[in-house]
Amino acid sequence: MKTAERPQNLATAVREALVVAMEADADVCVLGTDVGEFGGVFRVTSGLLERFGKERVIDMPLDPAGVVGTAIGMALYGLRPVAELTFADHAYGAFEQLTSELARVRYRSNGQLACPVVVRMAAGAGGGGGIHHSAHPEAHFVHTPGLVVVCPSTPADAKGLMLSALRGEDPVVFLEPQALYRRSGGDAPEGDAGVPLGVAREVRAGSDLTIVTWGAMVRVCEDAAAKAAADGVECCVIDPRTLWPLDLDAIAASVAETGRCLIVHEAPRSGGLGAEITALVQERCFLHLEAPVTRVTGFDTPVPAALEDAYVPSVARVLAAIDGIMSF
Amino acid sequence: MSDKESQRFLDDAATEDLGKDRLRDAYQQMVGIRRFEERAAREYASGRISGFCHLYIGQEAVAVGTNLALEAKDHMITAYRDHGHALIRGCTPRNVMAELMGKVTGNARGRGGSMHMFAADKGFHGGHGIVGGHIPLATGIGWASRYEKRGEVVVCFFGEGALNQGAFYESLNLAALWKLPVVYIVENNRYAMGTSLERASAVVDLYKKADAFGMPGVVVDGMDVSLVHKTVKEAADRAREESIPTFIEARCYRFRGHSMSDPAKYRTNEEVEERKLSDPIVLVAATLKKRGWATDEELEAWDDAAKEAAADASDFAIESPQPDLKDVGRYVYAEPLQWSPDAHTTPHVRD
Ligand SMILES: Cc1ncc(C[n+]2csc(CCOP(=O)(O)OP(=O)(O)O)c2C)c(N)n1
Repeated sequence: MKTAERPQNLATAVREALVVAMEADADVCVLGTDVGEFGGVFRVTSGLLERFGKERVIDMPLDPAGVVGTAIGMALYGLRPVAELTFADHAYGAFEQLTSELARVRYRSNGQLACPVVVRMAAGAGGGGGIHHSAHPEAHFVHTPGLVVVCPSTPADAKGLMLSALRGEDPVVFLEPQALYRRSGGDAPEGDAGVPLGVAREVRAGSDLTIVTWGAMVRVCEDAAAKAAADGVECCVIDPRTLWPLDLDAIAASVAETGRCLIVHEAPRSGGLGAEITALVQERCFLHLEAPVTRVTGFDTPVPAALEDAYVPSVARVLAAIDGIMSF
Repeated sequence: MSDKESQRFLDDAATEDLGKDRLRDAYQQMVGIRRFEERAAREYASGRISGFCHLYIGQEAVAVGTNLALEAKDHMITAYRDHGHALIRGCTPRNVMAELMGKVTGNARGRGGSMHMFAADKGFHGGHGIVGGHIPLATGIGWASRYEKRGEVVVCFFGEGALNQGAFYESLNLAALWKLPVVYIVENNRYAMGTSLERASAVVDLYKKADAFGMPGVVVDGMDVSLVHKTVKEAADRAREESIPTFIEARCYRFRGHSMSDPAKYRTNEEVEERKLSDPIVLVAATLKKRGWATDEELEAWDDAAKEAAADASDFAIESPQPDLKDVGRYVYAEPLQWSPDAHTTPHVRD
């Protein structure tokens, strides 16, 4: 992209990745409700229609299952579709296509067919959207063999991970934290370099406690870690970026050093990805652990509109957890 | 063109059918919704309402005309643009405004917000935020109603954006197959967010889709409350007496944006202005006056009352408390969850 200003939020970073990929490969196309003329509910695809035309930027009727199903068919033929589902809650209407079709095509066809579809969706709270517009459903997708699940926390990662997703051979569920679309988070780099899938990012180094977190919670944990550092507790903050397959090596290496692990996510606690990471950490690091692996998460409730701020983990809740672990 | 020449009126025969008293009621209900929504827009601008807020301004005749054709025992369920339906079917201006402001006095305790209004005891089964998600529910309620043989009719509203989902076709097929007393009403306001009907539907005469199910399909001018009433009354009678479902296409228009943040680039100002000539409330007012069924003073008094009700709703909502965090685990299951948020979220601490 020739613009002088670098993308500084998730919306513009994802857009730039799409532009780079679409310029390089005519098989990459974008489809979804209001992605073209309207430019996307979160303006992520704004300008793409003018640039690439309606054969590649496809406005679809409001029908999540139809959007995903059509993308699957296009991929089976050999194209590289990027399907937008606006809100992650709307993926539930496409659940059958995502789980029974998209995730299993390669396995069912004994590797004859691949399905490299990228399914983008806005995840999590942040807009006050409440019960039907705030889901952070990574656990459903992690629990579905065959899907790669990605959740960037910075513009740089959003761009790089999207580019890698578009060059990979597997279907990718790309969760874009709603709260980060407009928040500045540093420049996305120029060029077309991808960020490798399946590799975690160490957000902050520290030797007392390991915090594993992703999406909009990374910033919260960074703030908490800075406060804890003022009290003499050095937290290592790890953002897996790719939620599945998980970079367990990076997490285990840190926990082996710190002996303490805290997992922070926005989704409900029970059956969440935090539970899986807890199990993996205790399997790999049992003899290193100084305290129980701990979670700070959303509640085991739908996201209540009026109590969104309380539902989403806060710096105070993370700090309380850090205190609890350190004083165990 | 003078004002006189351009003035439009309600359909004569349908107005006769509706009668003076109910048309006067219709006006008060419609203006009640309009003023409420205008107030909601102001509260949104002031920051007291956050999240989503989709206004019903322009479509009032559809909900009100329908409701006048129903009995108290009947059922209603709708999509997410639900303030108008809620206000005439069991919710109050106070508890709708409080819900919009996320207060515990809201009809969903502030948990739902704009898209999730409920008055279950009045047969209002809610607003639903997932487009199309509630259409099968109406079919199920219809089945139960037929089973119980209480002669209760179910009315299900949705936007034309919902028509391109499988749920719509599945539901209408079942309703026709099982002969359920359901009236499905698509409020065709021509736009699903930024997508016009022509860009989303291969068939734009939506009522024709009923043919595929061997179900009566009817189109009605949704800006004319008398015609909506007449059409829904016929459908409701068919449902009540013969257990035959109907699909009604009510052609209407929303005067405001899709939500509070809508650049509205998908339509022109001229188009909106042209449509405002058929403002459903202006049509009722003009008709009431022409027939001598209401005086200017009465119309004005009703308008004032509507504004007052909206202002009262705002005051009430502003003064109401936020929901208590301690109650957040109530209504996930029949039994309240046993943790209080503090205990649950506070991590393991050594005893
Ligand atoms: C399954 C699903 N997809 C997308 C959305 C986002 N969305 C909310 S309203 C809307 C447009 C709906 O249009 P229509 O059904 O015609 O209702 P109207 O706005 O005209 O009242 C969209 C796309 C949603 N709520 N649910």
